[in-house]
Amino acid sequence: MNNGAGVRVAYALQQIINGVTLGMIYGLIAVGYTMVYGIIGMINFAHGDIFMIGAFLSLMGLTVLSALGITSVPLALAITLIAACSIAALYGWSVERIAYRPLRGSFRMAPLISAIGMSIVLQNFVQVSQGARDLNLMPLIPGGLKVMEEDGFVVQLSWMQVAITITTLAMLGIFTWLVTKTPLGRSMRACEQDLKMATLLGIDTDRTISLTFVIGAALATVAGMMFLLYYGSINFYIGFSAGVKAFTAAVLGGVGSLPGAVLGGLAIGLIESLWSGYASVQYKNVAAFSVLVVVLIFMPSGLLGRADIEKV
Amino acid sequence: MSALLQLTGVTAFYGAIQALKGVDLVVNKGEIVTLIGSNGAGKSTLMMTICGNPRARNGQIVYDGEDITRLPTFEIMRRGLAQSPEGRRIFPRMSVHENLLMGAYGRPPAEASQDMEQVFTLFPRLKERMAQRGGTLSGGEQQMLAIGRALMSRPRLLLLDEPSLGLAPLVVKLIFGAIRELNRTTGLTVLLVEQNAFQALRLAHRGYVLVNGAITMAGPGAELLARPEIRAAYLEGAH
Repeated sequence: MNNGAGVRVAYALQQIINGVTLGMIYGLIAVGYTMVYGIIGMINFAHGDIFMIGAFLSLMGLTVLSALGITSVPLALAITLIAACSIAALYGWSVERIAYRPLRGSFRMAPLISAIGMSIVLQNFVQVSQGARDLNLMPLIPGGLKVMEEDGFVVQLSWMQVAITITTLAMLGIFTWLVTKTPLGRSMRACEQDLKMATLLGIDTDRTISLTFVIGAALATVAGMMFLLYYGSINFYIGFSAGVKAFTAAVLGGVGSLPGAVLGGLAIGLIESLWSGYASVQYKNVAAFSVLVVVLIFMPSGLLGRADIEKV
Repeated sequence: MSALLQLTGVTAFYGAIQALKGVDLVVNKGEIVTLIGSNGAGKSTLMMTICGNPRARNGQIVYDGEDITRLPTFEIMRRGLAQSPEGRRIFPRMSVHENLLMGAYGRPPAEASQDMEQVFTLFPRLKERMAQRGGTLSGGEQQMLAIGRALMSRPRLLLLDEPSLGLAPLVVKLIFGAIRELNRTTGLTVLLVEQNAFQALRLAHRGYVLVNGAITMAGPGAELLARPEIRAAYLEGAH
């Protein structure tokens, strides 16, 4: 192998590592989209903004803890994660209670429109209360693995990237189990397939739906925290771009399928990263959303979605 | 005999349309009661109104001494009622096993698996189809599943809406036999809605005739069966 080829391989490998990491973040957000879709057949457009709020809550938590003199990074991360997830879960619950539940049984576009409204409300709320500028965080999980070095080009796999990948896969495993094997998961699927029948079986469907939003918001917060730790910089607008990409991932993977959401996230992450690496950074979003268009036209049920999907 | 379910002057509306016009009906403990009537008489509406969806606008529904008229549906169902509803409403993308488990929602898994064995004794076909998705079952199998799912809650009052609809005579016989068997061995109380009036009246202890949202006749099954106006209206060419 001559040097030129070696560097090219190294460069490609680095792009793939970065793309996988990005894809895992999108994937975890997409899992939240898909879970909510899986229960009420509705795209919760405010989900991306809950992700953004999760990132802000994480930043606040870490700042407060460091001001209190807690220097142990794992401890600070654990406390922050629990606190941020709880508060974001409250946001998720409130969003459903305020904007979606009153519209249940209304025409199908109604909750979608109020979801977009909710998304704008949350964005503006954070913009006003936290300011519009980027907020930054010092890297908390430094270091990594030198995968290979070729002609001075070092391929890095950071510990943060490893942590993101493991977290997303673990969440995917846990929630796949929850949905397919537990009574809660069964009642969630029952709500999606026949809400009226679910109540006839004694299921408190409102409570089940609320719980799904709470879980979705907690997942989004985990993703938001990973985003914060990985990029070290957040603003009120990150929920929109990441949210739309994660939505694309969910559609690509097949809305309603949890493994599909992560698979779709991976695909979008890789497309974005490889496009940025080889074509142009400016057009990376064009590449990602072209995928959405192509999938919607030629494969509306996505990679792992069921064929009889009818409501988007 | 004491009443397990008592409806007094129950009315119900779908929008502006009045579907029930003051229904009085009693189901005693251990009875099979049937409600017959033609298409659109309000039979299914009555079944759903008992379960609180749609809610009764006037009148009172008392179950086991408790006024359940204003309770939310899931609260009513948790008090020991189970319905095998119109159209069966099997969860199409759940397996037969999962559909049955949904019937046992909120009950300990050990009891659920015990009850599932009883359902399988009643309908062995369901056991063969255990892993199959509900949506892929035949009509008769779906009906068995709907009844089996209702039984999984170990109900004290079983509401059956048209279990014979669209089924082959042999399957109808099987299902009606199962209902009689359950009633005899476990004392299960049943309210049965049927268009197949002949079969239903033969099975039931008592019957009601619903016409245009109001009860027009009531009496023991055999007695109703003997009445000429019933024969003329509901039994012509039925069996």
